[in-house]
Amino acid sequence: MGDVLDKNKIIEIGDDYASKYGFSDPEEYFHKGARGINHEVVEMISRMKKEPDWMRKFRHKALDIFLSKPMPGWGNTKLLNEIDFESIYYYIKPIEAQGRSWDEVPEYIKNTFDKLGIPEAEKKFLAGVSAQYESEVVYHSLKEDLEKQGIIFLDMDSGLREHPDIVKKYLGTVIPAMDNKFAALNSAVWSGGSFIYVPPDVDVKIPLQAYFRINAENMGQFERTLIIADKGSRVHYIEGCTAPVYSTDSLHSAVVELIALDNAYIRYTTIQNWSKNVYNLVTKRAMAHKGATVEWVDGNLGSKFTMKYPCVYLVGEGARGEILSVAFAGEGQHQDSGAKVIHAAPNTSSRVTSKSISKASGRSSYRGLVKVYPKAEKSKVSVECDALLLDEASRSDTYPTMEIDSDNVRIEHEARVSKVAEDQLFYLMSRGLTEDEARLLIINGFIEPFTKELPMEYAVELNRLIELEMEGSVG
Amino acid sequence: MSDKREIFSIKDIHVKVEGKEVVKGLSLEINRGEKHAIMGPNGSGKSSLAQALAGHPGYEITSGEAFLDGKNLFEMDATERSLAGLFLAFQYPYAIPGVTVANFLRTAIKARANGDESVLRNFRKDLMEKFELLQMDKVFATRYVNDGFSGGEKKRLEILQMAMLNPKVAILDETDSGLDIDALKIVSSGINTVASSDNAILLVTHYQRILNYVKPDKIHVMIDGKIVESGGPELAIQLEEQGYDRIKRSFDEKVGI
Repeated sequence: MGDVLDKNKIIEIGDDYASKYGFSDPEEYFHKGARGINHEVVEMISRMKKEPDWMRKFRHKALDIFLSKPMPGWGNTKLLNEIDFESIYYYIKPIEAQGRSWDEVPEYIKNTFDKLGIPEAEKKFLAGVSAQYESEVVYHSLKEDLEKQGIIFLDMDSGLREHPDIVKKYLGTVIPAMDNKFAALNSAVWSGGSFIYVPPDVDVKIPLQAYFRINAENMGQFERTLIIADKGSRVHYIEGCTAPVYSTDSLHSAVVELIALDNAYIRYTTIQNWSKNVYNLVTKRAMAHKGATVEWVDGNLGSKFTMKYPCVYLVGEGARGEILSVAFAGEGQHQDSGAKVIHAAPNTSSRVTSKSISKASGRSSYRGLVKVYPKAEKSKVSVECDALLLDEASRSDTYPTMEIDSDNVRIEHEARVSKVAEDQLFYLMSRGLTEDEARLLIINGFIEPFTKELPMEYAVELNRLIELEMEGSVG
Repeated sequence: MSDKREIFSIKDIHVKVEGKEVVKGLSLEINRGEKHAIMGPNGSGKSSLAQALAGHPGYEITSGEAFLDGKNLFEMDATERSLAGLFLAFQYPYAIPGVTVANFLRTAIKARANGDESVLRNFRKDLMEKFELLQMDKVFATRYVNDGFSGGEKKRLEILQMAMLNPKVAILDETDSGLDIDALKIVSSGINTVASSDNAILLVTHYQRILNYVKPDKIHVMIDGKIVESGGPELAIQLEEQGYDRIKRSFDEKVGI
């Protein structure tokens, strides 16, 4: 019960957001390419990474697609059209070689990790740390017991070098470059990300974790993650993100592909806290084969504009998909997030739970698609959207789409918009909590269905981030 | 003016809700170790009085004053009143989804100690004792505050909170309503356990029933925003037999309605 008791407790911390998350290091990079995007940049990236020819071609082809595709004509097009692709750095390599051990990692990068608390986290229960600093993974450790089980956990560049056959077989199969403009951009200039392969029937008992971090002003971060859980295996991957505060806009456009083969289980947990000038345009999609389960647990704080709709294709009979998300939109922020589930086989089931909090004119949108194909008989769909508005100036929209082409399907859909009730606040205040403490407790309660799915330290971190977001918001 | 024994006093207070006066000049003094009951028919302003005393922002105190152990109540907001030792058991407690009872109480107890964690050293043990006192299943510690609770469970939780927070003055607003006889006995025994020679309890109730188990020292009858009659425990029995009509009639005659 200790966990239950501690999870939501209010943490006393000061106004240390800037020193905790707003620090930045002097930019001492081995290589910083030119701004802008073209075939020369793509060629340079591929050459520097000494990639096989097929990957070089993959990148060039993707760039053509990126250049030919128009901007999405939906969502917040005003913000989208403010992105200046020519002012962005597409590749920065911080040191010549990847740090093999902690001792070899440069001191200023270590300081950054220290501030993020990575070594401590590792001491506790990390299986392997793959921390992305700029575009290249500089520190990556993998516990021996995982290696013994045949589990591959590498940064994506190493994955391509060491396991080209697996990468070539699966990369781009779930999210082809053609999928959308930002998936095309990522395919052209990707760097870093995680590569995980879990052999059949192996249960990865401890979560695999990676920290991502943007540091250089005006640089894009285009990590590419590919996770393959072979038949009957189980894996939980966790990524957390923070970014320092800068005055001009950064672009983060990741692609994450998950493949759960027959009866496999993948959970992918993200808590992101990008600085408030970052465009966060991410494509995440999973294939769940027969009897497989994929769960996306997705927390979105920070960023200027987020577009992210984790997706599960249920392609095998009995497959299950779950998407649990929380978004927090503060001043000047738009969180456009949601979920997509495609039922393409019988007896498949999905559950979408979306929670959003908007304050100080922040805007959160839920955008969801559930599609059930005719042959997906006896499938179950459950969608629940909960929005909490903290003041009159804030905004919440819901754009649910359901395309149900099978008769024999059970569908549940619920959407609610609520406010923190004065009576609830009074009740808590009458027990000695201040108004701020009372509001925070109510908010923590609101997102409890999400935080209870997180490992303890992430739940604490999330509540802490929300407390920071809430500071000074109440008069 | 107040002697040392007095712990709670209300002097001629008037309360407005949405522009309408609901408490119209009410005074009361309670000494340490005493239990008082305010009885009255529906709409007499009992619950408004309780909400106003606890500091609900929707209840405007237009005149009068109140002191809790020497502190001026109306110079404090709801939080400060609670920290000063006031407790209100709500007639209709609110649900706080996602917040467990244990977490809620830890937060409330820590708030009383300026965030000093050491006050939580015996928290678990204390909480379990109080669950036993109110004959509640310990699983309630991990349930969300009042979320999906039955009426009776909510009332027990209010008294459990009182027992954990150990107030100087507890106002219990219709705590007996919606309880079956067994639950009423349990809740009453909880109240009696908390009551001591150092604190005071003000029961607000429509019915005499709870007063069979929680014995008041004084009873005040409230009608139309005022206390119209005060007396000893015998007054409750009289009310039970004759209803409020007798008092109401004599009150109406007095004010000339």
